Amino acid sequence: MGFYVSFGTVLLLLAVTAPVSLSFGFFGAMAARARFAPLSWLGKGYIAIVRGVPDIAFFLFFVIALDQGIEYLLHSVRCPDWTDPIRQGSDFVVCDSAKMPLNSSPQWIHEVYGFSLAVLTFAIVFGAFAGNVLFGAMNSVPRGQIETAEAYGMTHRQAFWRILVPQMWIYALPGLSNLWMVLIKATPLLFLLGVEDIVYWARELGASKTARFTDYPHGDWRMWYFLALLIFYLAFTKVSEVVLERITKKLSHGQATVGGEAQRKAA
Amino acid sequence: MKNLILSTAVLALTAGVAAAETVRLGTEGAYPPYNFLNDAGEVDGFERELGDELCKRAELTCEWVTNDWDSIIPNLTSGNYDAIIAGMSITDERKEVVDFTQGYTQPSPSAYAALAEGVDVNSAAVAAQSSTIQSGHVATTGATLVEFPTPDETVAAVKSGEVDAVLSDKDYLNPIVAEGGLVFIGDVYLGGGIGMAFRKSDADLRGKFDAAIASMKADGSLNALLDKWEIEGKF
Repeated sequence: MGFYVSFGTVLLLLAVTAPVSLSFGFFGAMAARARFAPLSWLGKGYIAIVRGVPDIAFFLFFVIALDQGIEYLLHSVRCPDWTDPIRQGSDFVVCDSAKMPLNSSPQWIHEVYGFSLAVLTFAIVFGAFAGNVLFGAMNSVPRGQIETAEAYGMTHRQAFWRILVPQMWIYALPGLSNLWMVLIKATPLLFLLGVEDIVYWARELGASKTARFTDYPHGDWRMWYFLALLIFYLAFTKVSEVVLERITKKLSHGQATVGGEAQRKAA
Repeated sequence: MKNLILSTAVLALTAGVAAAETVRLGTEGAYPPYNFLNDAGEVDGFERELGDELCKRAELTCEWVTNDWDSIIPNLTSGNYDAIIAGMSITDERKEVVDFTQGYTQPSPSAYAALAEGVDVNSAAVAAQSSTIQSGHVATTGATLVEFPTPDETVAAVKSGEVDAVLSDKDYLNPIVAEGGLVFIGDVYLGGGIGMAFRKSDADLRGKFDAAIASMKADGSLNALLDKWEIEGKF
């Protein structure tokens, strides 16, 4: 049962992470090309730092850091009278009401919390990559388009939203579709973060079971469970490819790219 | 203001259950007969029954959580759960990081198992679960140690011929050997019995469970549980 639910977990992760990381990337790219220098440093710094650190190291570090950071803040707010140190040797101790989630919360809240931390981490990591792609895409829109907009008297902001953003997607799409594929394949990292995803259940259910502890004893079936995962991921990326192909066609329409030119000639 | 909203939200989420003190018990869920996930996907086994009984005696509400063996101690010290009850032997190395209750099993034998007799455990390739007393022991012998993250994978490695033998708790190997395929080729006594582990800063909670274990030893109910799950050694 948990096995089937975990497919939903993975799909939910993708459904939530994709738009969130896209918006992270959009803001990152916007900041990176801002004319206000500190904002531009911020955007470029975010993209450079996250892109330069291995995903796994970032995942392992960030989830713990984020969790302890939140608990530390809650602790400072809710228990100002607390005198014991928070770090006692290797222990990380905060007062009961600063626990996130509270100890007394039912297990599902703990799971939702863990899942949200994972989604946030995924979004930050993939947002940086998306930011880089979008930054490049914004710079790829022919300069003449912006000049024309300015000649018509549009402000910088108007030119950005009305001319640049609608046209940049076709340049961003190859990079973004690549990212989407990588994101799909990165979902098993959830397993590393302690979320019970399909890899966890494939290993748990595939492990050999002795008759004393189960009604369905079997030997080592992990190979078959992992084979099923392989097929699932392959099928999923195939469907994605088909959909992305269609989007590319649609976005190429009327663009000064090779694809757009081919469409114009065919018509 | 933001904090107010946040705390209200958290309160609303947890209203109604905040009354009793809740203790979260961390276990591995892959180590029968001590702890495993049953067909319904719930934690089951000797430690499940033991833990539930201890919580009843200590008048605490308990919640079960599973965690990978490798990160089971770090996740305790960082506060993801409040106690480890996962077939963890009491050793001096672990005592440097966590505090144990008194043992709820006797120091139990570990056993080597192989496909056939005649394997020299001092020179063969031996599988053990990583960060266990067994892997520590194999490293001190002349054998080649091959570590795996879960106990099941150590057994699978012997069956597939990847290694010559496996060293694990005898209670874990018993039902596997009984099913055929593997034979025991020798015992070795390691560790100081199995206990529950707590954060060093959590002496109060540890005291409560320690007292509950003592009371179960005194009235013989612990022995009955050990019998039921066929674990060697009595108090």
